[in-house]
Amino acid sequence: MNNSIMNTKTTDTGIIDGSAISLQSIRYAWHKKNPPFLVIDDLCIAPGEKVFLHGASGSGKSTLLNLMAGVVSPQSGSINLLGTELTRLSNRQRDQFRAQHMGIIFQQFNLIPYLNCADNLRMRIEFLPRDQQQAAIAQMPVLLERLGIAKVAQQQAHQLSVGQQQRVALARALLGSPRIIIADEPTSALDADLREEFMGLLFELLDEKTCLVFVSHDQQLLPRFDRVLNMQAFRAHLVATSSASEVQV
Amino acid sequence: MMRLRLAGKSLLNRRGTVLLTILSLTIGILLVLGINHLRTQVKESFNNTLSGTDLIVGARGGALNLLLYSVFHMGGSTQSIKWNTYEELAKHSQVKWLIPLAMGDSHKGHRVVATSADFFAHYAYGKKQNLNFSAGKAFAGTYDVVIGAAVARKLGYQLGDKIVLAHGIAEVSLAKHDDSPFIITGVLSPTGTPVDKSLYISLAGMAAIHEDWQSGVKIPLSKKTSQQTEQKQDTHAHAHEQDHHHQHDHDQEAHHEHGDDHSSEEVHVEHQHDHHAHDQSLSAIFVGLHNRAATFTVQRQINQYTGEPLQAIIPGLALTELWQLVGSAETAFNLIAWLVVIAGLLGMTTSLLAGLSQRQREFAILRSLGAGPWYLFLLVMLEVLLICSSAIVFAIALLTLLLWSLQPWLLSEWGIQLALNFITPQQGYYLLAILLSSVVLSLFPALNACRRTLNDGLAIKQ
Repeated sequence: MNNSIMNTKTTDTGIIDGSAISLQSIRYAWHKKNPPFLVIDDLCIAPGEKVFLHGASGSGKSTLLNLMAGVVSPQSGSINLLGTELTRLSNRQRDQFRAQHMGIIFQQFNLIPYLNCADNLRMRIEFLPRDQQQAAIAQMPVLLERLGIAKVAQQQAHQLSVGQQQRVALARALLGSPRIIIADEPTSALDADLREEFMGLLFELLDEKTCLVFVSHDQQLLPRFDRVLNMQAFRAHLVATSSASEVQV
Repeated sequence: MMRLRLAGKSLLNRRGTVLLTILSLTIGILLVLGINHLRTQVKESFNNTLSGTDLIVGARGGALNLLLYSVFHMGGSTQSIKWNTYEELAKHSQVKWLIPLAMGDSHKGHRVVATSADFFAHYAYGKKQNLNFSAGKAFAGTYDVVIGAAVARKLGYQLGDKIVLAHGIAEVSLAKHDDSPFIITGVLSPTGTPVDKSLYISLAGMAAIHEDWQSGVKIPLSKKTSQQTEQKQDTHAHAHEQDHHHQHDHDQEAHHEHGDDHSSEEVHVEHQHDHHAHDQSLSAIFVGLHNRAATFTVQRQINQYTGEPLQAIIPGLALTELWQLVGSAETAFNLIAWLVVIAGLLGMTTSLLAGLSQRQREFAILRSLGAGPWYLFLLVMLEVLLICSSAIVFAIALLTLLLWSLQPWLLSEWGIQLALNFITPQQGYYLLAILLSSVVLSLFPALNACRRTLNDGLAIKQ
């Protein structure tokens, strides 16, 4: 892999405006001719900040996450992650940036079913820059142990319980110590006990430099977070009536 | 490495469809390789049937017909040529050797060819290989017969066995020359040519078995049987045969002694029939020339021969002409094989395309880990290459097994000697072409995978 990304400084000191995620003047539409669907004038998330994002189905949560992950591009505006202007990167560079700096956890079916648990983690390492791979390999057994999934490391992903699958997904997201973790309703498939266990592990393993964008409907989880964002704030037809960029629940 | 592992495990995960896809491709590739191999081998053995013979002379008629009955022992000569012509031809200054051939009799479905000792001296096949005896020697007496390797193997004949020849070429012939049995004096080594499936007797032998039949006016085929029974009683040879049979059945020890006795008897018989040999008509004559450059001159001279209407053909040219005739069938077979391959490839593309929607989740996960569209594109390509190359490996293994197990049967039943090694440069190109077209066809699912991931983003649709 080409390591051109490595030239961009991503340490805390290198972050220009001090925020881990900065979205400015974002306009996003499904098609170029359509009026914008999402409007984000200014959204900054500080390093280490834990953000709870909620909104109704179809309110554009996935789109916002896709924008942050660099999988889709906005029609206009700037997305600055860890001091790197995402919109200026090529597609390939964006993919590499994501691999290096972001850990992503989905709601369910996070793992490639026909690979065993360890291979699922190795897939993550595969996409890391070469000089980070050794560290990640060393990190793997530690993470497996801390998340209590060391015993099932050789089992096929589809043989694991949902709780175990989500913990493997968490381990994978944390591999390589990315500075941004994006979690898209990771607890919605879990029952109350498993959810508490998962959230406990998540907050225990996240260090103070890593920021978290956590999408959920579950208001019970709110106390753990530093900030709450409502998707309504970013909906184009609602922005006109609401001047606030952030709407508290 | 991880990518190869991912592709392999992904295929394993879908082993049901993947195995069927590989199977259909394997059948297609097997057909292409097999048919091409068979074609090359048959063509080779076809062109190797006759070598060293410069001209084939027969009665005027179709060149193809002459080639078929004189070389491949298929069909029959409508006209015959006079013995006189043979003698005239032998006087020609350019002629080095002549092999006279007279056909028309058979033994259990195998052609009996009457010829001279020159046949064993000058007939050549393949790369100018002469005939060899695996046992015994050429015929010497009138009632001696030399048999081809396939005849010996199929009918279980050995030296010294006595056989009865039938008139006509049908498998079941009512008109048997059972008044004159022949003794096997020689078995030829396998040649992979029609020689293997034929029996060879002397011209005198053929004259002798037709002795009774030819006495008086020429009798139409159908009436010959009754003629035969009438004349059976007073035949010298007949009485002799009875005697021999008796001896053979009851006293093995005395066999040798009797054999000697028999041959002395035969000399007598041969002398008796000598003049018949000269009256005899021939089906064809193989001609060897001193100088190959004279071939066309001699051919023209023979075609203009005034004694009787003759034609001379050049074996190489006639063989090429005949192969072109057979060639259209070969093209059809080839076409079908390639169509099967194309169907297999299309099937593979279809199943991959259909599988993509089920793999959306897989792709979204890879995408979230940092896989670009290009990675997924190559992943699908890799899968196609794995499918196609395993189909090729299976096809090669299967064909080797098939050839290995069918080889003896093909040789004994069809006289086709198939080599086990079927990987020629041409076959290599075919395999490469198949692999390349699989890559080209896989562009559809691969590009589709790319486009989907770009549209779907990280969303996992369930």
